[in-house]
Amino acid sequence: MSLRAGIVIFPGTNRERDMAIALARVTGGRSPAMIWHKDTDLPPLDLVVLPGGFSHGDYLRCGAMAAQSPIMRAVRDFAASGGYVLGVCNGFQILAEAGMLPGALLRNAGLRFLAQDHHLRVERTDTVFTRGYAEGEVLRVVLAHGDGNYFADEATLDRLEGEGRVAFRYCGPDGAVTPEANPNGSARSIAGVTSANRRVLGLMPHPEDYVDPLMGGEDGLPMFEGLVGALAA
Amino acid sequence: MSAPVAAPRPVDEKLAREFGLNAEEYGRVLAIMGRTPSLTELGIFSVMWSEHCSYKSSRVWLKELPTKADWVVHGPGENAGVVDIGDGLTAIFKMESHNHPSFIEPYQGAATGVGGILRDVFTMGARPIANLNALRFGRPENPRTKRVVDGVVRGIGGYGNCVGVPTVGGEVNFHAAYDGNPLVNAMTVGIAPRDRIFLSAAAGIGNPVVYVGSKTGRDGIHGATMASAEFDANSEEKRPTVQVGDPFTEKLLIEACLELMATDAIVAIQDMGAAGLTSSSVEMAGKGGVGIVLDLDAVPQRETAMTAYEMMLSESQERMLIVLRPGAEDLSRAIFDKWDLDFAVIGHITDTGRIVVRHKGVLEADIPLQPLSDEAPLYRRPIEWPTPPAPLDDAAITSDVPVEQALLRLIASPDLCSRAWIWNQYDAAVGGQTVKRPGAADAAIVKIDGSRRALALTTDCTPRYCQADPRMGGMQAVAEAWRNITATGARPLAITDNMNFGNPEKPEIMGQFAAAIQGMAAACNALDFPVVSGNVSLYNETEGRGILPTPAIGGLGVIEEASQARGIAIAPHLDLVLIGATEGWLGQSLWLREIAGREQGAPPPVNLVAERRHGDFVRHQIAAGGVHACHDVSDGGLLVALAEMALAGNTGFALNDAPDGVSDIGFWFGEDQARYVLAAADATDLLAAARRAGVAARLLGRTGGNELTWAGGVSISLKELREAHERFFAAWMS
Repeated sequence: MSLRAGIVIFPGTNRERDMAIALARVTGGRSPAMIWHKDTDLPPLDLVVLPGGFSHGDYLRCGAMAAQSPIMRAVRDFAASGGYVLGVCNGFQILAEAGMLPGALLRNAGLRFLAQDHHLRVERTDTVFTRGYAEGEVLRVVLAHGDGNYFADEATLDRLEGEGRVAFRYCGPDGAVTPEANPNGSARSIAGVTSANRRVLGLMPHPEDYVDPLMGGEDGLPMFEGLVGALAA
Repeated sequence: MSAPVAAPRPVDEKLAREFGLNAEEYGRVLAIMGRTPSLTELGIFSVMWSEHCSYKSSRVWLKELPTKADWVVHGPGENAGVVDIGDGLTAIFKMESHNHPSFIEPYQGAATGVGGILRDVFTMGARPIANLNALRFGRPENPRTKRVVDGVVRGIGGYGNCVGVPTVGGEVNFHAAYDGNPLVNAMTVGIAPRDRIFLSAAAGIGNPVVYVGSKTGRDGIHGATMASAEFDANSEEKRPTVQVGDPFTEKLLIEACLELMATDAIVAIQDMGAAGLTSSSVEMAGKGGVGIVLDLDAVPQRETAMTAYEMMLSESQERMLIVLRPGAEDLSRAIFDKWDLDFAVIGHITDTGRIVVRHKGVLEADIPLQPLSDEAPLYRRPIEWPTPPAPLDDAAITSDVPVEQALLRLIASPDLCSRAWIWNQYDAAVGGQTVKRPGAADAAIVKIDGSRRALALTTDCTPRYCQADPRMGGMQAVAEAWRNITATGARPLAITDNMNFGNPEKPEIMGQFAAAIQGMAAACNALDFPVVSGNVSLYNETEGRGILPTPAIGGLGVIEEASQARGIAIAPHLDLVLIGATEGWLGQSLWLREIAGREQGAPPPVNLVAERRHGDFVRHQIAAGGVHACHDVSDGGLLVALAEMALAGNTGFALNDAPDGVSDIGFWFGEDQARYVLAAADATDLLAAARRAGVAARLLGRTGGNELTWAGGVSISLKELREAHERFFAAWMS
């Protein structure tokens, strides 16, 4: 079984290695394809990943310039034809800027970069990204962002909730979703949302950094194992 | 050849003095040139002969440091030090100061400090895998300190997080002596194959000289000169000499340079750091024994109407100078085009032994390189050797403060409290190889991708020891770095040093410097822990008051199996064993300062024979597999070390009585050196092994529960301890 994954590299992307390590861990060491942002076509893939980093230095708005990259037309077409896309951190910001996911990621409410462990509650298990988890399961993940404060208008938030598109929420170690356990001010403690067809996921924290107990945890591993189980030919 | 262009104002001794050259140095310039230099030429001499670039006060002493070992591939003299770490790989590392800019403009000063040290490492062909830092700030009560701390921490995070190099370790001290002169020392560690290391010596007559990276602007002109002068009340006016960092461009530059380095296009490469285009071109040509011609019309410029003087002196960031093989221009240009970075051929290598600079058809500079370097000033400045203070009579020291209350106060003090507020702004995980993050172990542990090996990395110095006795303090700084690496189970290999001192023209400051070097050299020799790179920062004074002498040490070690690295966190059901003897040395201890309110006495003596024996014993025990956790005993003494192990593991312990023959205060808070606390399931074997090895060892107690309990029944809860530990930064920065 092998998952054909591709990681898109924008100028300023910096977590592509972390993502490649996580994918290699569940695919028997297979290296994902590395795709340059100036390319216009994707090779045959089961999964496209937009990894974390500071594309274009975050100098305009996080993800805004990357969303205009030549490769994003191909990524949009890929998703429109039913392809699976994972955007983590800056990747989530790019998906939001590209209009592939609703909402926006604003400056953290505390106005500081957050680099720390935090907990997430799994809200949906009927996606390829979350099928490896149990509903309500609590994960420990790495946060590393300055702009992770998820924002959308109330109507959009209600629609996302109604359609079951909130995949992860920030929570305490016990799974309680509270204002105190919301690290960056995100609306309704939302950490990750999916597209209407559940095939595009954006989330701020980094499950790819916890796939090996040696590096401090493996709560992210079920996401990648679930992807292989669902998507590998 | 036309004569060099006339300066807009006359070049004379007065202008030379403004540029930082004294009358005697200006006389040498005239002798070398045989005529009055042009403005650009004077600028080149002044920055190359600045303390920052020439090490004119420190060189005679730096030579006393040992720099060789079987595993040292390149010692001092290259952009960074290189050591063999096995598997055909090398670790390339260096620490460098950005003290003066960080006081004037904390965010940019610290950010560009990180950027500069990253370039020193990747210019040698290494992918940077870790950043560390060593920070010293003024008193928290000083209103200015908070702004400096906030700016420096944001700057380090802002740059390191964006380039995607994890910040994995560091240290922070507060002291009034840094009120007007904080220290920001940044360290980068990279990995390169042993057979793919790039050096800076230019070669190949006619080879193209290429400029890559950001465009040149007017920022940072004469930054190296500023870094070689004391501060006064008008230092704020020096803000235009501080550079502005662009970590995004640096990230692109790292990737583009590493891509180019995978080809055979490069003959030599160096970053444009202090003194920018001047130092890179002069040093590359000088090291190669060749000449260089620069055509400044070809330099990518950010501003209009820049003069040759401005371009040669600019310290605009994120730029590199490369000598290419002939014919490699197109291949190289394509790589930098791909990364949207400037690429320009700005000159070529000659056989003249001279640097020749042309701009708009005018000869702006024509200087012989060998005299520029060989006749650079070298001073054996007058020295007043420090007199070490007399030791305190430890037995006579008493206190009304109970041990558990003293612990709570110490663990809450600015020098010992939790640094989580700082770490939580640094991305320590990016790269996916960080095994032990800040606070988890005595040294950060970063695995090498594709290998089972990991590096152990630390920064150390105890400035109050150095102030009291610079020789012993220098020795202790090296010994503590060695100890911190040892405590993880790793084998210490080499250090980089960042010598932060006051005005070297004062004999007592030169005495501190020379004595610290001698102490460091003794420790490096005894511990087989050579110096492979370093940086000297002098004139750290504001209005005549110097900092504490601060020889910051960046240590590097290697452990063959990353999973064997030990942290400090204890778990329940373990015996706690102290390795090393305790006399109860309270002179210069944090207990004495924080509880008794005295900064007095001699610092604890370092016995290098005991240091080596105890450390080798501990490393052997960790390798044998019986050690669950290990922590060295340093600032605050034994009880603080134990409390840190409890906090890290969220596990309490019960302690046995203190031994007879040493006071309770001395046993729990003395800062005797060469000591470690080990946690093991059963101490019996460990104590027996220590006896056989002739190493002092003592069973301290056993772990478990949610409290710290002393014999006799006194206890404090982990919760109370943690609240004390986390109080300071939260309250200060809220």
